[in-house]
Amino acid sequence: MAAITETRETIDRLAESGYQYGFETAIDMDFAPKGLNEDIVRLISAKKQEPEWLLEWRLKAYRAWLTMADPAWARIVHPRIDYQDLHYYAAPRAPAPKSLDEVDPALLEMYEKLGIPLNERASLAGVAVDAVFDSVSVATTFRDSLAKVGVIFCSISEAVREHPELVRKYLGSVVPAGDNYYAALNSAVFSDGSFVYIPQGVRCPMELSTYFRINARNTGQFERTLIIAEAGASVSYLEGCTAPMRDENQLHAAVVELVAHDEASIKYSTVQNWYPGDADGKGGIYNFVTKRGACRGAKSKISWTQVETGSAITWKYPSCILQGEGSSGSFYSVALTNHRQQADTGTKMIHLAPNTTSTIVSKGISAGHSNNTYRGLVRIMPKARHARNFTQCDSLLIGDQCGAHTVPYIECRNQSAKVEHEATTSKIADDQLFYCRSRGLSEEDSVGLLVNGFCREVLKELPMEFAVEAQKLLAVSLEGSVG
Amino acid sequence: MLEIKGLTATIEDKIILKGIDLVVPDGEIHAIMGPNGAGKSTLSYVLSGRDGYEVTGGSVLFDGQDLLAMEPEARAAAGVFLAFQYPVELPGVGNANFIRTAVNAVRKARGEPEMDTVAFLKEARAAIKRLSMPEDMLKRNVNVGFSGGEKKRNEILQMALLQPRLALLDETDSGLDIDALRIVADGVNAARGPNFSALVITHYQRLLDHIVPDRVHVLAGGRIVRSGGPELALELEAHGYAGLEAA
Ligand SMILES: Nc1ncnc2c1ncn2[C@@H]1O[C@H](COP(=O)(O)OP(=O)(O)OP(=O)(O)O)[C@@H](O)[C@H]1O
Ligand SMILES: [Mg+2]
Repeated sequence: MAAITETRETIDRLAESGYQYGFETAIDMDFAPKGLNEDIVRLISAKKQEPEWLLEWRLKAYRAWLTMADPAWARIVHPRIDYQDLHYYAAPRAPAPKSLDEVDPALLEMYEKLGIPLNERASLAGVAVDAVFDSVSVATTFRDSLAKVGVIFCSISEAVREHPELVRKYLGSVVPAGDNYYAALNSAVFSDGSFVYIPQGVRCPMELSTYFRINARNTGQFERTLIIAEAGASVSYLEGCTAPMRDENQLHAAVVELVAHDEASIKYSTVQNWYPGDADGKGGIYNFVTKRGACRGAKSKISWTQVETGSAITWKYPSCILQGEGSSGSFYSVALTNHRQQADTGTKMIHLAPNTTSTIVSKGISAGHSNNTYRGLVRIMPKARHARNFTQCDSLLIGDQCGAHTVPYIECRNQSAKVEHEATTSKIADDQLFYCRSRGLSEEDSVGLLVNGFCREVLKELPMEFAVEAQKLLAVSLEGSVG
Repeated sequence: MLEIKGLTATIEDKIILKGIDLVVPDGEIHAIMGPNGAGKSTLSYVLSGRDGYEVTGGSVLFDGQDLLAMEPEARAAAGVFLAFQYPVELPGVGNANFIRTAVNAVRKARGEPEMDTVAFLKEARAAIKRLSMPEDMLKRNVNVGFSGGEKKRNEILQMALLQPRLALLDETDSGLDIDALRIVADGVNAARGPNFSALVITHYQRLLDHIVPDRVHVLAGGRIVRSGGPELALELEAHGYAGLEAA
């Protein structure tokens, strides 16, 4: 596996910087004043020239948010976030580019540096990219070829303008504006994100991908993603993210909504690599994200795959609401925490209809002084006859200063349902490590190999190119955790 | 050339090796026999650098280098290979990937170009054929669910692909059926040459019918208590180790 030796090289390269993506890009930005109030919400909506109904929707969310408190049940600790000390709008000052040729060269260069070429000829074969910079979409590639088969792939701001009927119909239909504290905040102030619409019977001819980049300082990041697959449609979507290294924490509160109609299938993969903070826990992103998919149609499928290696704190539970008869949801997750990182992540599988199935495979890896919690809910409602769930939760501990916790909630209200839960906790055994080293692998490469082996069932769910990336990322993230 | 002088080692403060003297010149194969618990595996672990064993005295030179000062992976790069008495399972790690990663790690450390997947698979398939192993052994996870004999053959497969200069074979014959024994022996004999030497730890003379050793040593109570030619193995087979430990 060349990936491992490449990883070795990557680690060597990283030895100084620690985090490869930690650079900052100088771009002329337009900021809203710090603080949050109704005027700021109006300002964001006005900047984006939104219709009245959307402004009203935002304001309603804002008012709901004011009455809410941030969730206290997760196993995470952080100082109180001062919501008045953040900017809620930051965008490159240049007018929105009409085509790739108009995109600010500094931005193109930055994405190039991140390995995400936006030039269509140079880009990864078969992957269309929406590049989101500080919550504003700066470029979307391959739009024309996608349009030929009727696929809409654009920024959500653009969708609001060009396809208002679709946005109005679906926005907030899976994650209501007042769903939870962070979702309400997002609904009030979201700035941009991706929009995907796959018409009936269409298999999206290429992978779609959004690449999120946080750049601005003291700025909350609130993206909104909406993906709709009509009957018989299918799409595979991947999200990647990085941020500069900063000493202060930065809030990222995104919302992702998926809607799958009859026999449609949506595969949503995330490789999350936000800046995790330094070895002492200084800085890093607070990643407080709500992701939910509705399997509305019969036999529809939604699959979440996530590889979470970044962020100082991850609070995230990609979920499936299984409304259509025979629909199925799956959640494949690798969450790796090192140093002082904290992750409280898992899923919710809500079985509403008969013969619905769900699969949960969670692999938690904790190293350093980190804390890693799997929190998962499987709820079988009375009408969900013969529903089935299989859950497997494995934890791997590296060192003895870290914590791993598994918190499964199972609520079963239909006797014909079958719910299975398996959990293991293990360590990398000395004999496994020695076996690898005796074959010539360095200690770090050996750990990387064993960790990748531990995560195999999840990694194989990722699209090929990204599986390789994810493997490297896992090894790099464990840097300094052994020896 | 491997030169062991006065090697003493402890594990958890228990003295296991009490002064081993042994020289294995290039191109030679030496057999080590001896009773259970004598310290044979301990010797192979100390030579390959396993943690937990404390060397309290003596020296080990390999091609003039101080082997004991090197990390296990550096020893592998220098050409030392240990076929484990109990090969270790690596869940989720594909066998082909594992061996290719190892081969390339060793090649890289030696300043040789890495092998691409196609070239590697070609060699691996050829080796698999020679060892009469089922081809799916490359696709399966390292040693996971392998039978005892398959695990031992997998060690020999790794040896064949890593092409070590010094192989330490710790009871690679134990648990093998007669055909497998011959296959494993053929694997070792194929590696024989002026740049290959081996320490073959075994309890059974029958392996030495197939791999004819240059020398046979008896390790008992942490010391080499007797050395001789191939006929020593026959003698041990007939009379056992009785009386040797005291010698
Ligand atoms: N981790 C350990 N802790 C304590 N004693 C140990 C440990 N490992 C090995 N020993 C002891 O060291 C001695 C030598 O063991 P070793 O495995 O080297 O024997 P061996 O000659 O290979 O035996 P066998 O023929 O049974 O494989 C034994 O008495 C064994 O119990
Ligand atoms: Mg032994």
